[in-house]
Amino acid sequence: MIYREAGDFKTSYREDSQTFPIKLDRRAYWTLMVVAFAVVPFVINDYWANAVLLPFLIYAIAALGLNILTGYAGQVSLGTGGFMAVGAYAAYKLMTAFPDVPILFHVLIAGAITALVGMAFGLPSLRIKGFYLAVATLAAQFFLVWLFNKVPWFFNYSASGMINAPERTMFGAAITGAEASAPARYLFCLILTVALAWIARNLTRGSVGRKWMAIRDMDIAAEIIGVNPLTAKLSAFAVSSFFIGVAGALLFAVYLGAVEVGEAFGIQKSFLILFMIIIGGLGSIFGSFAGAAFMVLMPVLLKNVLVDGFGWATDLAAHFQFMIVGALIIVFLVFEPHGLAQLWRLAKEKLRLWPFPH
Amino acid sequence: MTDMNAESYVTEDGRTIGGVIMEMKNITLRFGGVTAIQDISFDIREGEIRAIIGPNGAGKSSMLNVISGFYVPQEGEVWFRGRRRAKMKPYQVARQGIARTFQNIALFEGMSVLDNVMTGRLTRMKTGLAAQALWFGRAEREEIEHREKVEKIIDFLEIQAIRKTPVGRLPYGLKKRVELARALAAEPALLLLDEPMAGMNVEEKEDMSRFILDVNDEFGTTICLIEHDMGVVMDLSDRVVVMDYGKKIGDGTPDEVRNNQAVIDAYLGVAHD
Ligand SMILES: Nc1ncnc2c1ncn2[C@@H]1O[C@H](COP(=O)(O)OP(=O)(O)O)[C@@H](O)[C@H]1O
Ligand SMILES: [Mg+2]
Repeated sequence: MIYREAGDFKTSYREDSQTFPIKLDRRAYWTLMVVAFAVVPFVINDYWANAVLLPFLIYAIAALGLNILTGYAGQVSLGTGGFMAVGAYAAYKLMTAFPDVPILFHVLIAGAITALVGMAFGLPSLRIKGFYLAVATLAAQFFLVWLFNKVPWFFNYSASGMINAPERTMFGAAITGAEASAPARYLFCLILTVALAWIARNLTRGSVGRKWMAIRDMDIAAEIIGVNPLTAKLSAFAVSSFFIGVAGALLFAVYLGAVEVGEAFGIQKSFLILFMIIIGGLGSIFGSFAGAAFMVLMPVLLKNVLVDGFGWATDLAAHFQFMIVGALIIVFLVFEPHGLAQLWRLAKEKLRLWPFPH
Repeated sequence: MTDMNAESYVTEDGRTIGGVIMEMKNITLRFGGVTAIQDISFDIREGEIRAIIGPNGAGKSSMLNVISGFYVPQEGEVWFRGRRRAKMKPYQVARQGIARTFQNIALFEGMSVLDNVMTGRLTRMKTGLAAQALWFGRAEREEIEHREKVEKIIDFLEIQAIRKTPVGRLPYGLKKRVELARALAAEPALLLLDEPMAGMNVEEKEDMSRFILDVNDEFGTTICLIEHDMGVVMDLSDRVVVMDYGKKIGDGTPDEVRNNQAVIDAYLGVAHD
């Protein structure tokens, strides 16, 4: 009985509602933080940054955002890719219009702009639910991609129709552009991811989170306890879109550097993020990270094992990956809607009782 | 003999009943061709336990839905605390201090008992989004303050042991109790209970009756409840409205209602078959 909460008594409501109620979890968390901030920056190289760490951090932000909307507030969205595009193009316009402003502001304001756009597209959620809302957000997805393709102002009339991230800095270090180093890009994304995860955790443990979950579980009952569905749903769309906008801005400016909207932010991206939260766990902060890690790591692993190890053809490995994801989606939707996060919780519950299961 | 027309009076068991807090005037509610409520007037006085009884389909739940703002009657006026209610959404009614439970339980199944009861305090939690995002300071203080209130209610209803249990896993009787806890957490001026004892066994009914009486007694909460079990109603309530086919056929103390010929014919007679 190493992993346990017996003898770990909570003597105040404050302790009772902390993020990691079990001491061992707290230790693991702080160890992870120390490694992420104090060790990884010194050992990271371009391969690790580009293949694993940057996409993981950025998609984790997007997954947190979608999880707030879908997992916590119960509003299904297939528009994630489109909203990421809003963040990316807003960041691009801001970066080119205000080159002297630190990149952090560009990214955060891009998030705020996405929040406003998300609220506008969230308005129909007051009238329509479930499947019909999903279709409405799908329309938003296609409309937004079309808009950024067709209106040259958004890509500054560039001949290719693509947007390219110019070099922008933070505390003198280049974060975007060709000269940006792997540690700088990694740290920039890490700080944003940790800060946003902390905010997501705070919002979901207090009264705003309960309003969202109340609307998700039973909107009629939510109304009779005094929740205004309008403000509850729109706040979920706003917060969610802020996260997704920031993720879009980072994906474009820090990770990819150059973007063609349909390719980077098409409907596949909406599904990718949706799969992350289904596999990771709906309504779970940890699940958002688990899902992002899974979807980022699996292709890398498959490539290393199947292609490099067993000599499979690349496209065969890619098909194999589709099959795995498809099967997992079905398994999780049918058997474990709370995803990897729930499996993790169950494993811990077993561990807590071990070696005396009764 | 107490004078029930006075501004306020003291009951035999020593509770003070105040003036009228809620008044329904000539309410008529129709669903297409069905008239669920026909020209009904009655009032609820501060501090009393007011029962609405009647056979199935009499329109009792519809009446509670009118009070809580779910249904808007075609005719009639709703007066609360001396003011006529303008057109109002249910969440606005809740914010005026009216809480309720449902005939078919309406809890948040995906949340724990504690979170469900905490939602009862949402109308009183004022910290904005930005302060909550930062948590430390205002949001945390507010959370703890309301948690303390909620824990008192959890103790009061004796559901401490299931605090962290997801509501979906609870048996029916406990769910009813959690729903009452959520309504109580709002510290309502008027508490509406739609068949709080339906589907319970004798023991659970006794527990629930005791809770209802205690709530009324200790917090002075005005209660309007719908109940099928005549015995329970007669024991619990100060005054009773009797409905049948959407009409009011009796209104008075349990004794008066019991001896009212129209009520005996329409309801008690049927019930005693
Ligand atoms: N939403 C509704 N739509 C149509 N008819 C309704 C609705 N709600 C109630 N009714 C009708 O109103 C009448 C009274 O129902 P109700 O108030 O539930 O009765 P009670 O609670 O006394 O059993 C019934 O005939 C019922 O079918
Ligand atoms: Mg009913």
